[in-house]
Amino acid sequence: MGRFVYADNAATTRISDSVFQAMVPFLTEKYGNASSLYGLGRDSRRAIEAAREKTAKALGAEPREIYFTSCGSESDNWAIKSTALAMAQKGKKHIITTVFEHHAVLHTCQALERQGFEVTYLPVEPNGVVDIEKVKEAVRPDTALVTIMYANNEIGTIQPIPEIGALCQEKGVLFHTDAVQAVGAVPIDVKAQNIDLLSLSAHKFHGPKGIGALYIRKGLVIPNLVDGGGQERGRRAGTENNAYIVGLGTAIETACASIEEKNTRVSAMRDKLIAQLLQIPHTRLNGDPIKRLPGNVNISFEGVEGESLLLMLDSRGICGSSGSACTSGSLDPSHVLLALGLKHETAHGSLRLSLSGENTMEDVDYILEQLPPIVQRLRDMSPVWEKMMKEEQN
Amino acid sequence: MLYSEKVMEHFTNPRNVGEMPDANGVGEVGNAKCGDIMRMYLKIEDGIIKDVSFKTFGCGAAIATSSMATELIKGKSIEDALKLTNSAVVEALEGLPPVKIHCSVLAEQAVKAALSDYYTRLGIDPVPIVGVISDCEDCH
Repeated sequence: MGRFVYADNAATTRISDSVFQAMVPFLTEKYGNASSLYGLGRDSRRAIEAAREKTAKALGAEPREIYFTSCGSESDNWAIKSTALAMAQKGKKHIITTVFEHHAVLHTCQALERQGFEVTYLPVEPNGVVDIEKVKEAVRPDTALVTIMYANNEIGTIQPIPEIGALCQEKGVLFHTDAVQAVGAVPIDVKAQNIDLLSLSAHKFHGPKGIGALYIRKGLVIPNLVDGGGQERGRRAGTENNAYIVGLGTAIETACASIEEKNTRVSAMRDKLIAQLLQIPHTRLNGDPIKRLPGNVNISFEGVEGESLLLMLDSRGICGSSGSACTSGSLDPSHVLLALGLKHETAHGSLRLSLSGENTMEDVDYILEQLPPIVQRLRDMSPVWEKMMKEEQN
Repeated sequence: MLYSEKVMEHFTNPRNVGEMPDANGVGEVGNAKCGDIMRMYLKIEDGIIKDVSFKTFGCGAAIATSSMATELIKGKSIEDALKLTNSAVVEALEGLPPVKIHCSVLAEQAVKAALSDYYTRLGIDPVPIVGVISDCEDCH
């Protein structure tokens, strides 16, 4: 067997050993319903509240501001749909977001448009960062909510969240951020950054899939998305998934405790990958080189199609992802890359490698050894590349 | 989405890849905007496809269907090559995921486009023989 390098941590991450160990008792003997009054139930309750405290601490929030959900998408849906509903009562039916949000936000906003809400989709600058001036210009007296992602899932660009938060506070507009890619990767403080609502998901920082959370600033009351029992202080029904909540708590605590040390290490790997891959002719880095998640590399190789690239990398034991149409399940390439102004053909040839603290420099060296010949091989059989080279010669 | 072993085998080891300087029929279909371009080269002698090669920009299925199409027409008569259908390519590859069927259509069209070019070079109107090569339907 050859080497295996997992470089798709923006898609999901491995459950870390400590997270798994923390979860095991709640998948086996500690199966009590946290709402039950006997000891078995109280064990679950205590574990859930401890996880809530860890989550709150990681975000600079209070435990009572943290609500566990089933995933990042649920958190986004809840935050956006319920805020829209609440603000519509006050005659505010305008939402501001960006063109390059995750589909959990984009499709939610589109659903609201069909229900009579008006949505402004702000463009992003060519470097993949939102211009705060454009946010400012878009705010209207009837604006209910600004929802802008903390960091982009494809190109890793970090948005000016504190500035947007300050602006929203000044204008009296609620501010939600989908921080699914950012939590555990960059320091977040919801109070200092004036964030009213924040979505996160455990599986992006070495926790389990199927568990997320929504931070709702205290005092902010929005309708429930899931009605039922009185769980989560009556705001999100459904028997608490104790094992997964414990997993989230352990994962977020671990991820946020070592953020600086980890980022130094991970960004060194990222920068080496970027610098070396850009040595290949006709490549471009997508997204700002500095305002970028420590683990994100997104590069377009002209004349090459992304799915082919991924399949060949897979045959060498390397896991990555692409913004090509073939991997998005539609005929159009990534909406994120197109939002940066990339041509369709350039977007088709994009490769995202996303590193975590579990990657090593040896992984990076292996990728750098394997990837360039693969790009060359695909270019050798590409009529697009052939045309480019002929045009260049003329 | 899962590819058959046959697709993966043709993707990993594509047959008949590359340019053919002495081709007497060359056809290109698809466009880079959609993410698939296939170019087919034919060397036809006495009505027989003596040699065939391709260059493709596209996904795994695009490369595999190109490769399979070349195998299916190599050494065959023009008449047989004209009968090549996308479903024959799919069948030979032991199936394609539904979203990738258009790649097999592209492969069929690439062969026809190359044959059209062959007739055009001979000063013969290809349309009555080959028919009209439709543009990549999925893009419209």
